[in-house]
Amino acid sequence: MAKIIDLPKLSPTMEEGTLVRWAKNEGDSINVDDLLAEVETDKATMEFRAFDKGTLLKKLVAEGQTAKLGQPVAIFGTPGEDISSVLASVGTASAPAPSTPAPSAPAQVSPAPSAPPAPAPSAPVIEARAVATGPAANAEVPTAGIAGLVLLPPKRPALPTGAPGGPSSPRVRKLARERGVDIERVVGTGENGRITAADVERTTASAASHGAPAAASASVGARRDDEVKPASQMRKAIARRLVESKQTVPHFYLEAELDVEALLSLREQMNDGVDPKTGVKISVNDLFIKACALALNAVPTSNASWIDGNIVLHHRVDISVAVAVEDGLVTPVVRDADRKSVSAISTEVRELASRARAKKLKPEEMQGGVFSISNLGMYGIDRFAAVINPPEGMILAVGQARDVAVVKGGALAAGKRCSVTLSCDHRVVDGALGAQFLQALRGLVEKPVKILV
Amino acid sequence: MRVMVESRMRELRYREALREAMAEEMERDERVFIMGEEVGHYQGAYKVTEGLLARFGAKRVIDTPIAEEGFAGIAIGAAMVGLRPIVEFMTWNFSAVAFDQILSNAAKLRQMSGGQFTVPIVFRGPNGAAKQTAAQHSHAMETFYAQIPGIKVVVPATVADAKAFMKAAIRDDNPVLVLEDERLYGTKGEVPDGDHVEPFGVAAVRRAGEDVTLATWGKMLLPCLEAAEQLAKSGGPSCEIVDLRTLRPLDHHTVVESVRKTGRLVVVHEAWPYGGPGAELVDRVQREAFDALDAPVLRCTGRDAAMPYNKKLEDMTIPDAKTVLAAVRAVMAY
Repeated sequence: MAKIIDLPKLSPTMEEGTLVRWAKNEGDSINVDDLLAEVETDKATMEFRAFDKGTLLKKLVAEGQTAKLGQPVAIFGTPGEDISSVLASVGTASAPAPSTPAPSAPAQVSPAPSAPPAPAPSAPVIEARAVATGPAANAEVPTAGIAGLVLLPPKRPALPTGAPGGPSSPRVRKLARERGVDIERVVGTGENGRITAADVERTTASAASHGAPAAASASVGARRDDEVKPASQMRKAIARRLVESKQTVPHFYLEAELDVEALLSLREQMNDGVDPKTGVKISVNDLFIKACALALNAVPTSNASWIDGNIVLHHRVDISVAVAVEDGLVTPVVRDADRKSVSAISTEVRELASRARAKKLKPEEMQGGVFSISNLGMYGIDRFAAVINPPEGMILAVGQARDVAVVKGGALAAGKRCSVTLSCDHRVVDGALGAQFLQALRGLVEKPVKILV
Repeated sequence: MRVMVESRMRELRYREALREAMAEEMERDERVFIMGEEVGHYQGAYKVTEGLLARFGAKRVIDTPIAEEGFAGIAIGAAMVGLRPIVEFMTWNFSAVAFDQILSNAAKLRQMSGGQFTVPIVFRGPNGAAKQTAAQHSHAMETFYAQIPGIKVVVPATVADAKAFMKAAIRDDNPVLVLEDERLYGTKGEVPDGDHVEPFGVAAVRRAGEDVTLATWGKMLLPCLEAAEQLAKSGGPSCEIVDLRTLRPLDHHTVVESVRKTGRLVVVHEAWPYGGPGAELVDRVQREAFDALDAPVLRCTGRDAAMPYNKKLEDMTIPDAKTVLAAVRAVMAY
């Protein structure tokens, strides 16, 4: 295989050399370190010794001629080898070199340095070498600008100004999502039509989604933008737990209308003469807590939770009471409500509720309930359905006590009714079981003396 | 309970802070010793170890032959059997000769021995370009070392950090590389009196700002501070500057937190742009703070080329305040 021999660096500062004398002839066999030629450099006449072994097939530089550093000066190979293609390739990359020592004879190889590249097979080798040694070829980092030290993003084509559809940053797109703004319709006022956070802020959700460009809607003014308010930890907990409940607990609902005339009159008697400043006034809700506790005891299989694929039957009656607080609600637990007096329950609920509103409840005081009661009667709500508080099996939603016309002994009469809705986890409480619970509850509420026994 | 003691401050040069840290640790722990080329009789090629031979004797301040692979290996062996060597490389360029010792022995033996050996060793020396030290002696080597699990890489930029991190490095039971800087050796700064040690992996906010975050380390802190100061004077964007201080572990959290405020980040480093801790930081920030970004993260780095010897060309190869300003302007265009 023919090999091109280049002029090596024979002194540290040489850039070219004059070939003073060839020491070998074409056809000579060359060993490594044989003297090939003498070359005059900027410092002295130096020996040019062979780095390779082979036969000197062709001299490319005549005696007396000057060659650049790295310029091909000879071709080595095996005797009789066809070197025409190598010669052609040398012609494209090297300075002129007469093929014979005759100084006046024009060279066969093209003398013009600007000669077009010949499509010789070995040409790419030489080109590759030229690329690899170029000073700029080392740089491999895309889009280095500003004196090569600042890495920039690629330039963007100029956009028509005043039109929507400009580029926007991740932060601005997030802002647009939060505001419900369609970013595609916002006209950017930033560099090259870029949509800025201010552009999004100027655009109300309705204006953008109805197709009015930002610039137009900005002048309308007066309307207040939607506001993004970070959720509190309590809000996040409520969101998480209730989504979990509604998505994983199969709710069903049982409604009943209870006659609360006796209950209300009992409450009146209990509160009669109690000093509102010092004593504890019993509420309808206190009576319901105790009634539910007793009803759970009466139907013990309804006091159950679905936990990790098992039915857990509770032998305790800890009732959670929903208490509205600022920005949410909490459910403190009245332990062993079945064993406590109504007045004890009443005192405890007031104490828990006031600490709940002050956000002073300990986590364990809000955990471990088996059943919840939610009462919106004081807000004038007649009836509603509540979301189960997992892992509890049931929750009772209590509406307001209302005056209603009732039929008593074949005649219309004034009566007091209260609607309750029982939400049940169908995994542990079937319809019939829930109905039994409500039946027991009705028995207690409508004959409330039993609550006190 | 932590008692706050008001500590007195003294002004030292960077090289003096390093020396004080080593001397204090050598007083505290007789297992600590120094070895390297010209650390003893010549008083250190950059006078960091000046006076230590006279103070601690030839058994603890050892002049080595010019054989980085050999003395790095000897020191690793010494660390394995219970000593705590500090190996000075005359510059980090020459650590390339000892690269296998650091990569395959210092960083690996604890794991390879199943914890039977630890390698409590410090490798230290000046890193990066000095003045016209040309292509072979101007390498910012942190890029190579920050990639290796099993070692810690510290790049102190301030005099106080130089002392506190050198002490922390000597006390660490694993290999720690302290990459100093010849151009910082003469800088002066306040150092608290007493035994002050910094934890690895906690960046420092050197300047608070609102509009753009500059994250940097080592010597490049200086052009960042200069650029921020110029911008502040001319009413330009306000820069927050995060000095990473350690590159492994790399505290990107402080940078993410800053970017959440500013929405823009420029990473400034002397090392080549291809890969490295700067690119690593960009990766982490775009993953953790994508929604906070108002502009692509830009980098201002050493040129992707061999360092020229010519002074003017050298200046055009290393970032300075001017290039940092250009990068800030580019990132603020978004």
